[in-house]
Amino acid sequence: MAKRIDVSDLDIFYGNFKAVEGVNVSIEPRSVTALIGPSGCGKSTFLRSLNRMHEVIPGARVEGKVVIDGQDLYGSDVDPVDVRRQIGMVFQRPNPFPTMSIYDNVVAGVRLNSKKMKKNDLDDLVESSLRGANLWNEVKDRLDRPGSGLSGGQQQRLCIARAIAVQPEVLLMDEPCSALDPISTLAIEDLMTELKDRFTIVIVTHNMQQAARVSEQTGFFNLNGVGQPGRLIEFNPTEKIFSNPDQKATEDYISGRFG
Amino acid sequence: MSTATPVRPEAPEPLAPAVRQRRGLPRFGGTAVFAAGLALAAVLTAASGWSWGLFAVLGIVLGCLVTYVVSRVVEGRRKATDRLVTALVSSAFAVAMVPLVSLIYTVVSNGVGRLDGTFFSNSMVGVVGEGGGAYHAIMGTLIITALAAVISVPVGLLAAIYLVEYGKGRLKKVLTFFVDVMTGIPSIVAGLFAYALFAIFFGPGIRFGLGGAVALSVLMIPVVVRSSEEVLKLVPNELREASYALGVSKWRTILKVVVPTAIAGLGTSVTLAIARVIGETAPLLVIVGITAATNFDPFDGRMATLPVYAYYQLTQPGVPPEFGIERAWTAALVLIIIVMALNVVARLISRFFAPKTGR
Ligand SMILES: Nc1ncnc2c1ncn2[C@@H]1O[C@H](COP(=O)(O)OP(=O)(O)O)[C@@H](O)[C@H]1O
Ligand SMILES: [Mg+2]
Repeated sequence: MAKRIDVSDLDIFYGNFKAVEGVNVSIEPRSVTALIGPSGCGKSTFLRSLNRMHEVIPGARVEGKVVIDGQDLYGSDVDPVDVRRQIGMVFQRPNPFPTMSIYDNVVAGVRLNSKKMKKNDLDDLVESSLRGANLWNEVKDRLDRPGSGLSGGQQQRLCIARAIAVQPEVLLMDEPCSALDPISTLAIEDLMTELKDRFTIVIVTHNMQQAARVSEQTGFFNLNGVGQPGRLIEFNPTEKIFSNPDQKATEDYISGRFG
Repeated sequence: MSTATPVRPEAPEPLAPAVRQRRGLPRFGGTAVFAAGLALAAVLTAASGWSWGLFAVLGIVLGCLVTYVVSRVVEGRRKATDRLVTALVSSAFAVAMVPLVSLIYTVVSNGVGRLDGTFFSNSMVGVVGEGGGAYHAIMGTLIITALAAVISVPVGLLAAIYLVEYGKGRLKKVLTFFVDVMTGIPSIVAGLFAYALFAIFFGPGIRFGLGGAVALSVLMIPVVVRSSEEVLKLVPNELREASYALGVSKWRTILKVVVPTAIAGLGTSVTLAIARVIGETAPLLVIVGITAATNFDPFDGRMATLPVYAYYQLTQPGVPPEFGIERAWTAALVLIIIVMALNVVARLISRFFAPKTGR
């Protein structure tokens, strides 16, 4: 299921403003790739360009190539809606649908797309997705309750369950733990380690320990100054980045000298 | 940089104990003092020949003055200012309530006499003096307003969805501008528009219910657009993005995420728009006319409606005139009751459809 992502010469724009410039990177399947860097250097922007969520913003556009298993995501015959079905996303702030129960939130991807499924299959999907998101035991007795009644950490795991229920190939996570307490954070980190057997995971994080704990590869984004585009400065195995990075800037950043 | 930390000037030792004893008027003391001022005003007004207007002005001035002075002496300046402003705001509220209360009182006391079974079951066929009812007018109002809603709600909601979800650039600005212009159209103009429109097809002198519904729609659509637009804007963008990220197309996202999330507000805005047009008189006078008999067919012939009915009962009450005038008041009362019921419905809708947070 999991797929490899090849990005070449990617420039990302908001209107006339070039937010990210010249990204070249290969993201391995069945692994966790972490993106780190100071605020505003374009990590979220880059992440959102991987499943064509970037262009949802008016005026936003992309130049360059993102190839997933040989298919160019930005090819003229590619439907962004199909891309997003293959590449799921978890956002910084938990955003369960407030009108839906926990059950309906998990199957939202199926229901909203009006796919027909038997009740039994739906039940199985809900259970397996919630188990996958380590939430099943906490909510199995109240599946018909509103999703917005859960705690922040539970809501975020509900959103992960919702994302994996559509069985994407890739899972993108934009600072999924930044609004959560340490216990919930740990739960989600454990979850990532389990999920990487099945998915390619790309995670943006501000937490260096987190990147070190969960990821195999780490990319460091930086920008030269305000108004300049962000760049991928270094991309290496996580161990190397955190022990002897190639770039001076990377070392400065992870040793806390700026950022 | 510098070693000398700025030295704070020594604060003067407070003379009073840290927690000051609160001197103050007892509970409701402020109200009592204001009432004393009011009483004083009543005495003064009575002495110079009673007049409600003089009493109101003098009462507010004296009430505020007495409250301020007493509070200033007993409680000090800060509290006195607080009480003065409270007194002013409360007085303003009371003044604003006067017309509303007086209107409801007048309509109820004049209209309640004929609020009987006959009024709800009889039309005006063959009635010159006593008796008669507004059955035909109530049905006419309900039919025409329902038709207006059937026309306006889809148009208004879809326009609002377009403006919020799809519209951009010049076209959106132009549309918003014209919606604003439509909001300001005088209702008689809407009536004349409908009349002119249907006169093209059916010749001059055309009167029928559907025309009235069209005229009401002209007034109702901008209200629906405006309020629905505000409601749709309140739906957090995160929910749209969550839906897109699941591979859901835009129109499904709107249909299944945005609209359900906003449904309570949309229901409220539609109900209030209906309440806004149900009492319109002028356009219906022009294009629907009036009749004494019950007509359920909005596609053919004049229909009676409550506001127009009230107008004619008042201006052409028959002989003797008391009965017609009484019917006019009762029609006004029924109209107010309908509008209030619609407002209650709007509140219930927003209560029952609001997203639940079952904590
Ligand atoms: N919706 C937007 N419209 C215009 N500019 C944006 C938008 N979102 C982000 N940007 C700009 O793009 C740059 C990168 O932002 P972002 O990707 O959010 O950074 P990060 O996630 O690394 O903190 C910033 O300069 C930011 O101001
Ligand atoms: Mg970000």
